[in-house]
Amino acid sequence: MSPRAAWQLEAMGFSDVYDFVDGKVEWMGHGLPLEGKGPHFAVAGEVADRDAVLACRLGDQLSDVARHLDTVPHDYCVVLNGDDIVLGRMRRKNIQGSAGTAVEEIMEPGPTTVRPSEPAEGLLERMRKRNVPAVIVTTSKGRLMGAATQEALERLLHRASKSTSS
Amino acid sequence: MPKEVGLDEMCILVDEGAQLVEVLPPREYEEEHLPGAINIPLKTLDRRSTARLGKDRPVVVYCWDYL
Repeated sequence: MSPRAAWQLEAMGFSDVYDFVDGKVEWMGHGLPLEGKGPHFAVAGEVADRDAVLACRLGDQLSDVARHLDTVPHDYCVVLNGDDIVLGRMRRKNIQGSAGTAVEEIMEPGPTTVRPSEPAEGLLERMRKRNVPAVIVTTSKGRLMGAATQEALERLLHRASKSTSS
Repeated sequence: MPKEVGLDEMCILVDEGAQLVEVLPPREYEEEHLPGAINIPLKTLDRRSTARLGKDRPVVVYCWDYL
């Protein structure tokens, strides 16, 4: 809709027209403020927590990652490039090889991620069905935002339902 | 030609006081909209409904998502 609206405005003589192509849901997904009567449409990006996911970089060695994984409750580590783009994942159970092995040699490429605009309600339902405790949330360009846990999604949906009833 | 912008550029435009127009139906606008945005549904976007907009100021249109 917005592209057509942008062209229509130009046709009517507006000289400085912009089209925010990713739309309202992208704004929401980054937790930016909104106005309105509600109900609030809860999305995954609102609870994407950078501290809820362990990350390493291309070129890091297996021994370093294994040591970090031993100190945290997470059972995997995402592999990022220099621009924080998610390129892979390493699960604790799959860490095998010599200590000097680079992570990119054994990582699983292209792990499943969700966009920040992913509706929270449907996502939580799928996570419960598949017994997935947390999902990786990335921007549309693949940059890591964090992980959305089941608990955080439940709290978000609870708050959203309260805003409807209030 | 209208310029497509992403979130980063959108935040700058908002900070600089651009005119924001949500082109979704009124019910969706009333539920939630970007701060300061006005509602001109696409079906009603004409010279009359846009008369309140400044032609020489930046104006940003948006809808739900990229689809």
